[in-house]
Amino acid sequence: MKELTIISGKGGTGKTTVTAAFADLADNKIMTDCDVDAADLHLLLNPEPVSEQPFIGGREPRLTVDKCTGCGTCEELCRFDAIHVTDTGVAAIDRFSCDHCGLCALACPEGAIAMADAENGTWFISRTRCGSMVHACLGIAEDNSGKLVTLVRREARKLAELEGADLIINDGPPGIGCPVTASITGADLVLLVVEPTVSGIHDMERVHGLCRHFRIPVLAAVNKYTVNLVNTQKIRGYCEEYHIPLVGEIPFAAVVNRALVARRSVVDYDCGPVTQVVRDMWEEVARRLEDMPVAAGL
Amino acid sequence: MNIAIASGKGGTGKTTVATNLVLSIDHAQYIDCDVEAPNGNLFLHADISARDTVGIPLPVIDRERCTCCGACAEACEFNALAVLKTKVMVFPELCHGCGVCLYVCPEDAVSETLKEVGVVEQGFLTRADGQVVRMVQGELKIGEPLSPPIIKQAKRLADPDRAVILDAPPGTSCPVITTIKDADYCLLVTEPTPFGLHDLRLAVGVVRVLGLSFGVVINRADSGDCEVLDYCAAEGIPVLLELPFSDELAAAYSRGVPLVVDQPAYREVFQRLYERIVAEVLS
Repeated sequence: MKELTIISGKGGTGKTTVTAAFADLADNKIMTDCDVDAADLHLLLNPEPVSEQPFIGGREPRLTVDKCTGCGTCEELCRFDAIHVTDTGVAAIDRFSCDHCGLCALACPEGAIAMADAENGTWFISRTRCGSMVHACLGIAEDNSGKLVTLVRREARKLAELEGADLIINDGPPGIGCPVTASITGADLVLLVVEPTVSGIHDMERVHGLCRHFRIPVLAAVNKYTVNLVNTQKIRGYCEEYHIPLVGEIPFAAVVNRALVARRSVVDYDCGPVTQVVRDMWEEVARRLEDMPVAAGL
Repeated sequence: MNIAIASGKGGTGKTTVATNLVLSIDHAQYIDCDVEAPNGNLFLHADISARDTVGIPLPVIDRERCTCCGACAEACEFNALAVLKTKVMVFPELCHGCGVCLYVCPEDAVSETLKEVGVVEQGFLTRADGQVVRMVQGELKIGEPLSPPIIKQAKRLADPDRAVILDAPPGTSCPVITTIKDADYCLLVTEPTPFGLHDLRLAVGVVRVLGLSFGVVINRADSGDCEVLDYCAAEGIPVLLELPFSDELAAAYSRGVPLVVDQPAYREVFQRLYERIVAEVLS
């Protein structure tokens, strides 16, 4: 079994557009949405959940107000400025600043703070027209998105074993931080979707740096390449310099937005040349995945 | 005045709105809190005059003193320490720098060093009208997972005498919350597609939990459907600005040219946007 993750650095370059098309084209695979704090793939794949479970991301401090004497030990020790003795004479936890490290609970001389399991979201196994999908929804203003990504991928691997799937396709999050790291570590192959803008190139270089850091093989595709041919040429040059196979150049077409508004993928809805390029791109990615040795211990 | 520009979905135009605001209003400063993918200065071109590294404390174990009792590893909520037979291992990429290990060690065997997780840079640019704009940007070191320490440092460097425009990262989790939680106003930038609407709903959930006043900007407003507008009307959310899609605007953006530089008439549009935000905050 192999695992492909689609990322971009910059947001809005077309990760989910490409992923949804691959979902329509690939055989015998499991789909995941690893962009757990703004998941969108389900909008195109219409999953029907067959299982829904809470995500316990870690523990969080809970204060028993009756026991608090307002001594301020917690406030003094907290490095995240997340607990303060208020006018009422007792401590209050600012959950939006709290890092959940538990120091306040350890230090409270009155035992007024205890660590308890925190439910940070929900994860699902669903059926879609393109097969099974594992996805999740981080709770509002909740923490631990990296751990939720790790859980989604772990469950997807279990499901792939069970169903005898040969491939997992992960729709990744933007950025280069903890959810992105959690989306790519241990993957066989990463596809970078880049737009030919100064921001797109800047962020592609950063996320490519992250892939190199973790020694993960990378492919690239340019989305909306016709928006700026000079920048597209720069991306080609970058890919050549770093020996990154460029597997597709998708032209800009207003019809893509119409497909998205109709909640269809660009291969399910006729987007003219875009549809053809994305189909060819998938053939190329599939061929390269097939040629890769199966990694041990995944 | 402290205005955060956020979105939920990436690539909707946060940086476009934030940079054009600072290029249009008086006494402005731009703070790039999208430290994983900072792009503002690709458009502003400020001269960087100061650059400081941001570090978080990382435990160092004194092997002479350590008895491998395991108290540190047991207390660490992030599994950043592992106790072996003869030594304690620290996993720097898991450490949050919280100090729990140092607090619980009965042998006083833990001290701390600073681990670099990124940088913050400061600079200035002079606009065509002669006004000087201040720019601060944070940048997460590649391979480091945690952006909040850099976001906090970038925000600390804000000059309180200038209007603060905070360019937030996409998403709805800790980096976004760290950026926007104490803002006077949050502008949510979206696009008129099912993705834009879905992620706008998530972002609205976050700003409501945080108790922030907020409004919406619809970018590429003429390129999708009208569901975002319907949603805002139904929820009573003010739509402060609709920016059209045009090939020229997309091309200027792709080259790193701000909208108000490419088409100066837009300055007035962003000045009016700022006036509306001020009016919303005061009301």
